[in-house]
Amino acid sequence: MELSRRTFLRGALAGGAGFSLLGFDLTPAVAQLKELKIVRATETRSTCPYCSVSCGVLIYTIGDKAKNVTPQVIHVEGDPDHPINRGTLCPKGASLEQDILNPRRLLKPQVRRPGSDHWEDIAWTQALDEIAHWVKKTRDDTFIEKDAQGHTVNRCEGMAWIGGCTDTNEFNYLVVKTMRSLGLTYIENQARV
Amino acid sequence: MTNGWIDIKNTDMMLIMGGNPAENHPCGFKWAIEAKRTRNAKMIVVDPRYTRTAATSDLFLQIRAGSDIAFLGGMLRYAIENNRIAHDYLVNYTNAAFIVKEGFQLPEDGLYSGFDPATQTYDKATWNYQEGGDLSGEAATAAPVSGHSSASPLPAHTQPATNQSGPGLTGQGYQGASGAGAKTAEPAKPAPTLPSNTAYDLTLQHPRCVFQLLKQQYSRYTPEMVERITGIPKDQFLKAADLFTSVRKDGDMKQVGTILYAVGWTQHSFGTQIIRAAAILQLLLGNIGRAGGGINALRGHSNIQGATDMGGVFDIWPGYLKTPSPADVDLATYLKRTTPTSSKPAPWESFNYWSNMPKFTVSYLKAMYGDAATKENDFGFHYMPKVDRNYSWTQIWDNMYRGSVKGMLAFGMNGVAIGPDSQKNIDALKKADWLVVGEIYPDETSEFWKSPGITAEEMKTINTTVYRLACAGFAEKDGSMTNSARWLQWKNVAIPPPGEARLDQDIVAQIFLRVRDLYQKEGGKYPDPILNLTWAYTNAQHPALGDLAKELNGNALADLTDPKTQVTIKRGQQLPGFAWLKDDGTTSCGNWLYSGCWTEAGNQLARRGTDDPSGQGIYQNWAWSWPANRRVMYNRASCDSSGKPWDATRKQVWWNESTQLWVGNDVPDFKPDSHPKDHMGPFIMNPEGIGRIFGPLAALADGPFPEHYEPIESPVQNALHPNQSNNPVVKKFTTAADKYATPGDGFNIICTTYRLTEHYHYWTKNNQMNVQLIPEPFVEIPVELAAELGIKGNDKVKVTSARSYYVAKAFVTKRIKPMTIDGKKIYQIGIPIHQGYRGIQEDAGRNARTILNRLTPTVVDPNAYTPEFKGFLVKLEKA
Repeated sequence: MELSRRTFLRGALAGGAGFSLLGFDLTPAVAQLKELKIVRATETRSTCPYCSVSCGVLIYTIGDKAKNVTPQVIHVEGDPDHPINRGTLCPKGASLEQDILNPRRLLKPQVRRPGSDHWEDIAWTQALDEIAHWVKKTRDDTFIEKDAQGHTVNRCEGMAWIGGCTDTNEFNYLVVKTMRSLGLTYIENQARV
Repeated sequence: MTNGWIDIKNTDMMLIMGGNPAENHPCGFKWAIEAKRTRNAKMIVVDPRYTRTAATSDLFLQIRAGSDIAFLGGMLRYAIENNRIAHDYLVNYTNAAFIVKEGFQLPEDGLYSGFDPATQTYDKATWNYQEGGDLSGEAATAAPVSGHSSASPLPAHTQPATNQSGPGLTGQGYQGASGAGAKTAEPAKPAPTLPSNTAYDLTLQHPRCVFQLLKQQYSRYTPEMVERITGIPKDQFLKAADLFTSVRKDGDMKQVGTILYAVGWTQHSFGTQIIRAAAILQLLLGNIGRAGGGINALRGHSNIQGATDMGGVFDIWPGYLKTPSPADVDLATYLKRTTPTSSKPAPWESFNYWSNMPKFTVSYLKAMYGDAATKENDFGFHYMPKVDRNYSWTQIWDNMYRGSVKGMLAFGMNGVAIGPDSQKNIDALKKADWLVVGEIYPDETSEFWKSPGITAEEMKTINTTVYRLACAGFAEKDGSMTNSARWLQWKNVAIPPPGEARLDQDIVAQIFLRVRDLYQKEGGKYPDPILNLTWAYTNAQHPALGDLAKELNGNALADLTDPKTQVTIKRGQQLPGFAWLKDDGTTSCGNWLYSGCWTEAGNQLARRGTDDPSGQGIYQNWAWSWPANRRVMYNRASCDSSGKPWDATRKQVWWNESTQLWVGNDVPDFKPDSHPKDHMGPFIMNPEGIGRIFGPLAALADGPFPEHYEPIESPVQNALHPNQSNNPVVKKFTTAADKYATPGDGFNIICTTYRLTEHYHYWTKNNQMNVQLIPEPFVEIPVELAAELGIKGNDKVKVTSARSYYVAKAFVTKRIKPMTIDGKKIYQIGIPIHQGYRGIQEDAGRNARTILNRLTPTVVDPNAYTPEFKGFLVKLEKA
């Protein structure tokens, strides 16, 4: 059985009672431990999205046990079991909770129309339909089947994908899979720069 | 990294250059401190600024930005002159003993042999090994390299017509159609290939052996020359050279040194060659493949490594397979061009692992096109786009600026802020028809149409339709990221995305499925690759990242039996690893390098075993690393020729005579049953089996050895060859936006860019806590320069380049000192990159809302196509 952190904490509580018979009184420490808000939280193992050390982080949420309740993040800290960071985080990693719970987050799709000076809300279905039309139109307008020498090239040079630095491997794979099937040659990533 | 974060603790010596891990990788840097604490390891830091990394070093040298090759070349010269080299390692594990073709010339005038000034490219025919056998003892009569003697005593070189060794397959450069006639109507001229039987001289005395060429090449990099170019005083340089090479004092092989670098090396118009210089130094010292050694790239972001592994750039497919070129008229032609055959001294062996290219390629095409990929249609080879020119980052913006790129999908990638030349990128987007931005915060790219300086009138003329889609943050998605140490670590979902925000993978899948529907209903240009793409996900509209990880790993499409072990993999089962891949269509694998990540035993990336029996920080059961869970690459080189570890206290792998196998604390990065007496080279990904001191043929665009060139914008002429100051193969861009400065125009100050430990690129300017730590942009200015210009700390200053200007507060500092470069007084300034025109402070009008990358030039490294963000020229004044 894998000893999780919470099991370990529980074990420490039980151990505390035993030690007190030996003359140590750990009651204050135990009381402190009972107050910790993470005790009733769900612990999720994650990875810091910033630099390439990829520190292990633990995200604590509450409310995820009940139906129709959206879990809420209450705490984020370094994973003490992680062999590289061993629980430590830098000033960026230490502020990850604010990255998750941030009032500046984008919450809905928007569109800026040609010549316009503002964003308009747009329904997801509408946005994705319009984007699919743009993609198809641009591909059909710019697709090249053969080059000047008559060689098969089957490529679309009229649009580009640029991908980010914190995208997962699996997402990147989905991107290069779908974009190359469309014939895109301009597929680039933060990895280049 | 060839090694890993924790492995740094095993080192005796560190050279940290082109990186500042104390501030940019703080939790990884603790292992450098651990090495100092527990092994008394020494640390040398070379940087234009006195950084926090420098503050923990034993020796800090301030260098002029962009002069790194001169410094490393000086180190190479010092090591050779003082016999601080790993002799047996050099002879047996590198190409030091290989003889180079007659006619090859070193760049004493700044040019290697074969340069064509009209096209600014090299004909690399002479950048090759001599064919032949053992030439030991023939040194006295051989023609030297710089001479033009036609009276060679050596057998005339004959090019084997059947040898189709590909270009440098481990390089990042686009060599796609070189020599393949893709751009001309002329019949294709076969590209030169490496000889299968190379000539060699194990005494390293032959004047054209790689070692003698190396010695000759860097003989010009004297301590005096190093001082003239880098600004590092001769005595300081000698101190560093003596200290770093001291690991090989008296030829002792026990000690190990490591080199750590980051984008301070890559972001130059000769960046790849800086890293080559470091790799050559590490080969010369026998430091590669060893615990505490290696050449270690510290990536700037959490999944730069994985994005590259996954072929997220134009010139490679997943697993570093080459993007095909138009001249690859069918799969067989492509495989013939890209699959190398071994090239080595006849008595040696070479595993030549890239000889498996056909298995990796066919399995990848099966992952893409499934049942539609058949032997008859070349496994769907022509469904894939072909490239015959550079389609890299700066080309996208250049061609959008010129009007040929009409649309862009930007996910988690703030292309305007990232630059270079942000204004050019903004002007390019004005010309596009559409832009789709997937982000979690409002960013500069999605709001280019209302960037500072655009008037209400101009806005009306910008006809780009912009969609901004609310995406999911890291805590809202699962999946794996690959860190610098090549560890793939799985993360779990903690919470759902907020509001109406959606998972990125759902958005991409749903766009693709809509496009597919349109092609099904309406038809259109060549719909076959779209209609035939495999889509076997449990929920088509919401592909689970676990499903994708399984596809990456690969599975059996027929029952497979290993003839040796009789182990059978049933049809449909997950493959145990890439050794099972086939080129006949019976296996599917999305990325051969990641095969082994999700096997029948489940998700290997989520493993959390904390045991480390060797104490070397290998953590074999924590997550999973490519390739095949090896933690230190090329670890065969940690042993001598007989298979015994160079250092018994840091045993990684070794030859077990009784079992006739390579065994160890790490997974051997080698053919497990290759007996040491067979002399198989440890660098199994090179067709030579050895480490390349000399980079032959198309391995590099700008020369087989690194040569110092000045940045495109430099305050001085090249002291080695003033008539060839810049990298000769680097081309400037030519739109109206592309302007380059010279000191004659009054641009005399070198500017370099960097990140702060409190901020992460352009994201954390949306985060209150990080903004409180560093609220404002600033410009780091030497005290002496500030005094000259009458600038005091906190004054508002304006920095101007040939492109644009930047406004921020002055931070007057002693951390950057004035330098003397070739007798001339030169100042350097530094600017952090983090601010823009959308962020907490920006929205409150508390800063000038200028983007640093308005200053940087569009010019790139000719191998990796990384822009030259470091070391460009500016003017400075009080604003």
